[in-house]
Amino acid sequence: MTDFGAAFAAAFRLVVTLDANLVEIVLLSLRVSLGAVAIATLIGMPLGAIVALFRFPGRTGAVVVLNALMGLPPVVVGLIVYLLLSRAGPLGVLGLLFTPTAMVIAQVILVTPIIAALTRQVIDDLWGEYAEQLRSLGAGPAQALPTLLWDGRFTLLIAVLAGFGRASAEVGAVMIVGGNIDHVTRVMTTAIALEVSKGDLALALGLGLILIALSLGINGTAYVLKGAAQWRSV
Amino acid sequence: MEVGVNFVGTAPRARSAKASILPLELKGVSFSVAGERLIGEIFCRLESGTRTVILGPNGAGKSLLLRLCHGLLQPSSGEVFWRGADGLDPTRCQAMVFQRPVMLRRSAAANVDYALALRKIPRSERGDIVREVLDQTGLARFAGQAARTLSFGEQQKLALARAWALKPQVLFLDEPTASLDPAATRAVEQIVAAIHAAGTKIIMTTHDLGQARRLADEILFLHKGRLIERGPAERFFTAPETAAARAFISGELLW
Ligand SMILES: Nc1ncnc2c1ncn2[C@@H]1O[C@H](COP(=O)(O)OP(=O)(O)OP(=O)(O)O)[C@@H](O)[C@H]1O
Ligand SMILES: [Mg+2]
Repeated sequence: MTDFGAAFAAAFRLVVTLDANLVEIVLLSLRVSLGAVAIATLIGMPLGAIVALFRFPGRTGAVVVLNALMGLPPVVVGLIVYLLLSRAGPLGVLGLLFTPTAMVIAQVILVTPIIAALTRQVIDDLWGEYAEQLRSLGAGPAQALPTLLWDGRFTLLIAVLAGFGRASAEVGAVMIVGGNIDHVTRVMTTAIALEVSKGDLALALGLGLILIALSLGINGTAYVLKGAAQWRSV
Repeated sequence: MEVGVNFVGTAPRARSAKASILPLELKGVSFSVAGERLIGEIFCRLESGTRTVILGPNGAGKSLLLRLCHGLLQPSSGEVFWRGADGLDPTRCQAMVFQRPVMLRRSAAANVDYALALRKIPRSERGDIVREVLDQTGLARFAGQAARTLSFGEQQKLALARAWALKPQVLFLDEPTASLDPAATRAVEQIVAAIHAAGTKIIMTTHDLGQARRLADEILFLHKGRLIERGPAERFFTAPETAAARAFISGELLW
């Protein structure tokens, strides 16, 4: 009980004093996760739509793999990216290991399958409803792709939010490829893990509360924006 | 020589000189799903100019037959043949209004514009065509409104406007007035008449006998997937040849 009281106090203190360290960590967290989600959206949405709309050999397998990849373990992805980016690795020359860029790369790999798999399902359902009408108007899968992405935009928002949830909550990948270096690659989740290992459970829990609040804030904003846009275009 | 469906200006009747893909010939068309024959073997030839109405009770296969003619379904056997196509792409000369039209999540005007863009009509010409067809269908004041917020009847008119904008040689209509009120039904029938008057071949389904009497030049009567009677509308209604057609006209045909 006292831990929870202390946690709220710690969180409150950090927020009202606008603790410089905290601000830095929060901003880096947002930068990494939002950046990764943006890139994953650009890759995952067209990819999911292509799998939904085009018929090609091995399509069923592609759907299963895509769905399975939603459950990629972050530590494994972190490890693979680590091996690729480490000095001896094939991409070692880029010198990206232990930088925010490496963290973004790892999270893009984690998030892209989530956005692609959910997009595929949304577009698949929508195509069922639209196919005959669009084909009658003269649209094949290639022309239907942007149309359906646009018409499914409000439903697809959930795919992006699911991706953001994954990115902002995971610790395994960013820990391995970022290294949790103070002022360089420390983000909310790695900071929490660190405080737990140091035994400062109250501070860890305080940071956790702030992370949850951030997630609520982002989702709430998305929901309000969606409502406003949807009201105008149904 | 004119090719394709190029618009000459925006004049709706500029198409008359163009080669027609009609007549449409069904050469023993059948359609089966899982071994069950849903559409019999249909032989018939549909000429340009007339309004052909496909009549039949629920489940007779009217919608399937339209889809087969429009090319949305491939026949299990037989062939759908556009005798006049001769180098023209038949799919670009047709349009269809579905029993439940799908409106895109954008404005009414943008829905029409979308169809024109797919047919590669230059942007500079699209605005005028959109305005024209919305005017002609009485939808001008809804141009900027989200298409999905339109009432069912308005959406049906919008589907007609979208099809009309393409200036098709052949327009397929699948029960365009099912579940519309009498006034909206009238409005839709008037639009169909106007599209026909502008030179478009009409092929539509209905099970509304009054509508068939008002609109049809020619009746195809479908029963259990088979084309069992065909002829001029007048003869069909005054002297039907088959017992099934007689029963249908008197409202007694049970499936
Ligand atoms: N994909 C399909 N698989 C199996 N059966 C089908 C399929 N599509 C249509 N049918 C069947 O084919 C028959 C004809 O259907 P169709 O939709 O053409 O009827 P319809 O004449 O248009 O009827 P309505 O007046 O109710 O619109 C129906 O019995 C229907 O259940
Ligand atoms: Mg039908």
